[in-house]
Amino acid sequence: MALTGLDIFKITPKTNCKDCGSPTCMAFAMKVAQGAVPLDKCPHLSAEVRAKLDEATAPPMKTIKIGTGEGEFTLGGETVLYRHEKTFVSKNLYAVAISDAYSDAQNDSAFADIKKVDYERIGERMCVDAIFVDYASDGAKYIELVKRAKETGKTLIINCGDAAVASSALEIAGASKPVLGGADSTNFAALNDLAKKYGIVLGVKGKDLSELHDTVEKLEALGNKELILDVTMASIKDAFSAAVQVRRASVKDGDRVFGYPSIVNTAKLASGDMNMQAALASLFTLKYGSVIVMEHMSYSDALPLYGLRQNIFTNPQKPMKVEPGIYPINGANENSVCALTVDFALTYFVVSGELERSGVPVNFLITDAGGYSVLTAWAAGKLSASSIAKFFQEADIEGKVKNRTLIIPGKVAVLKGEIEDKLPGWKIIPSPPEAIHLVKFLRELNA
Amino acid sequence: MAFVQKPQVYKAAINTVELGVGEKKVAVGGATVSPLYSFDAPIANPPRVGIEITDTGLKGATKGMAEFYSGCNSLADIAKRAAQAPGADFVCLKLEGADPGEENKSVEDCVAAAKEVCGAIDKPLVIEGCKNTQKDAQLFEKIAEALQGKNVLFLSAKEENHKTVGASVGLAYSQKVGAESACDINLAKQLNVLMTQLGVPSGSMVMNLGSAAAGYGFEYVASTMDRVKQAALGQNDSMLQMPVVTPVASEAWSVKEAIISEEDMPEWGDQEQRGIKMEIVTAAACLASGSDAVILKHPASVATISAFIAALM
Ligand code: B12
Ligand code: SF4
Repeated sequence: MALTGLDIFKITPKTNCKDCGSPTCMAFAMKVAQGAVPLDKCPHLSAEVRAKLDEATAPPMKTIKIGTGEGEFTLGGETVLYRHEKTFVSKNLYAVAISDAYSDAQNDSAFADIKKVDYERIGERMCVDAIFVDYASDGAKYIELVKRAKETGKTLIINCGDAAVASSALEIAGASKPVLGGADSTNFAALNDLAKKYGIVLGVKGKDLSELHDTVEKLEALGNKELILDVTMASIKDAFSAAVQVRRASVKDGDRVFGYPSIVNTAKLASGDMNMQAALASLFTLKYGSVIVMEHMSYSDALPLYGLRQNIFTNPQKPMKVEPGIYPINGANENSVCALTVDFALTYFVVSGELERSGVPVNFLITDAGGYSVLTAWAAGKLSASSIAKFFQEADIEGKVKNRTLIIPGKVAVLKGEIEDKLPGWKIIPSPPEAIHLVKFLRELNA
Repeated sequence: MAFVQKPQVYKAAINTVELGVGEKKVAVGGATVSPLYSFDAPIANPPRVGIEITDTGLKGATKGMAEFYSGCNSLADIAKRAAQAPGADFVCLKLEGADPGEENKSVEDCVAAAKEVCGAIDKPLVIEGCKNTQKDAQLFEKIAEALQGKNVLFLSAKEENHKTVGASVGLAYSQKVGAESACDINLAKQLNVLMTQLGVPSGSMVMNLGSAAAGYGFEYVASTMDRVKQAALGQNDSMLQMPVVTPVASEAWSVKEAIISEEDMPEWGDQEQRGIKMEIVTAAACLASGSDAVILKHPASVATISAFIAALM
């Protein structure tokens, strides 16, 4: 539980000496409780008291780091259960599973996915974030897989409950700060030693939430607080239950033992069924899977999942916007046609992608529409003939572009007449409603 | 210290709304816990899955869809096949052809189509309009009249046409009506209040809070649903306790990821597969956020999402 101002006040020296910059110890305590002032502003707290308070005022969920270099990721650190309360901070990661229990063909195809799926969406690189190297029983084959996985440069999750095999695996990959997964009530001490030796994060599992809780407590007693909780459990229902309850216990009920990020293995929950794995990955993207493991990551999985993740991890207070202005595409110059849209980043991204694909030089005009999509902006009165005319004037489009053809979004084709009235001399052409038809449309227009 | 589970069961509940008649009627809603949190308390009715067909037949069907509907020569055939799709709880007829900007089919033609579908299936029927609010109001009134006693759900009444739709569908013909708003809790509530003031019983209402495909503004869908469910359950707001029915198919199958051909985008691979996954990921996200029913198009998505729900109950 978070401490109240009063709880903190009780531990201050109550001398009101003002050394902390606050007029009284009480005022100081209130500010600390709100997170406005760090505890160490008061120089008169004993180390012992401070340690106790630090512990109590620490965020409910630990922030941990895995991987190195480009593959370094931050997990956890969430403070809310719903994104409308506060922006979610640590994007979940998508990992692909390989295992000594899988056929060579399956492992090969997982490696192929990792190479293949790599693209950009609204300024963000989308690719397989990590490899989940799952140990079953064949140590020699497993070590070969670890070697191969390490060569990809991806962040690894060495999921291996056998301390001897794990030790050999870490000799190969330990320096790249993988996660060591597979600690449970039976092997946690040995795995903990390994994790400590390499300074890496340990993945803990249990047959149910109680056992998981117990094992985490034992690990914490051994001084380890760099953990990830494996909530996969035995069934889809149990996994979802565990993912939600772990997050809820930490963020809402203040149970620090469960205050760690989670990992969930859909490859195990729905082995061989990629449609179900996609459904589960979607569920856990929204509800509290920090690392989501799948058997494959093809474009058909990646496109909707990465798009969903990108949506969910946006700041609920401000839409993603692009600067209004002229964006020349495909080497456009003053003689190229103009196409216009709103300043919503998603719209810009979708339409500019299609414009690029067409190969036709176009002056892409972004108007100030409050960061809204075409129809939202239109319905809100932020995209109208007047707003467009105003933009033309402010951005001096007529001075910068000689061509007098303007393509407007098909969804607001009704604006054609009004725009013609406001922009004399311009030929206004509504595009097809969806950007995807733009390539054909532009090529025909140009022909 | 052992972990003690703290189930979060609310004193309030989502309304239960029945669709259809006879043996295969289905109840939607009724939950007293957050969406899909069956570990907190049993959920009265699992979320339902509808399968969407359109009055324009199989025009533009993907290969797998065409295969699934192979041999179907009439709308009745298509409807019957759809009703048999594994996992489908109800059939949704979308009157795409009625759109004045498209085929502009007459009201009579649409009534005939609705009757044909209703007669062919033994599962509940949902009628989805063409998005033109004026035309929808005309269509819904006549279809509601023609299908009296069948307990059909009409999607949707919007701010612009809720009076006509509410009065005809909800009051005169005692069918079920959906209230549609665009990702805004206040608008959703306001529309429900207006419909209630008209006299539409709350047990006859569902809501569509707005939908978007994964990656296309879905954060607004998720946050709106999160907030609506918290108000409905946590604050016992009766004007937000209507079950949420979300049409996913039209959103999912209209984004680039689902419709661009493999020829145009070779590295993306099979187009149909992309559409199916877009539909599945969007539907699962809607269910996680609070939809009490989703409407999908591809039989493979229907099967997966229905198995997904079953596994979570
Ligand atoms: C998310 C959303 C919101 C979010 C805003 C998100 C944002 N940043 O814009 C919020 C919740 C804030 C919102 C609010 C409102 N919304 Co809204 N919203 C949506 C929703 C669900 C998705 C919009 C989206 O992100 N689309 C994705 C982007 C990429 O689409 P796009 O900009 O149109 O771009 C596409 C095409 O237009 C084309 N394109 C764009 N530009 C160009 C240019 C060229 C040259 C070409 C060729 C193509 C092209 O390419 C893109 C891809 O094909 C839609 C419903 C839906 N599923 O579409 C409703 C929707 C747009 N909203 C609607 C409404 C009515 C509103 C409100 C007015 C509600 C109200 N009364 O308050 C408010 C207005 C805001 C305000 N109060 O000021 C209606 C509009 C109805 C209409 N036909 O006019 C819609 C259609 C919902 C509905 N069915 O009723 N909304
Ligand atoms: S510095 Fe410490 S003792 Fe002095 S007023 Fe601030 S809280 Fe009180």
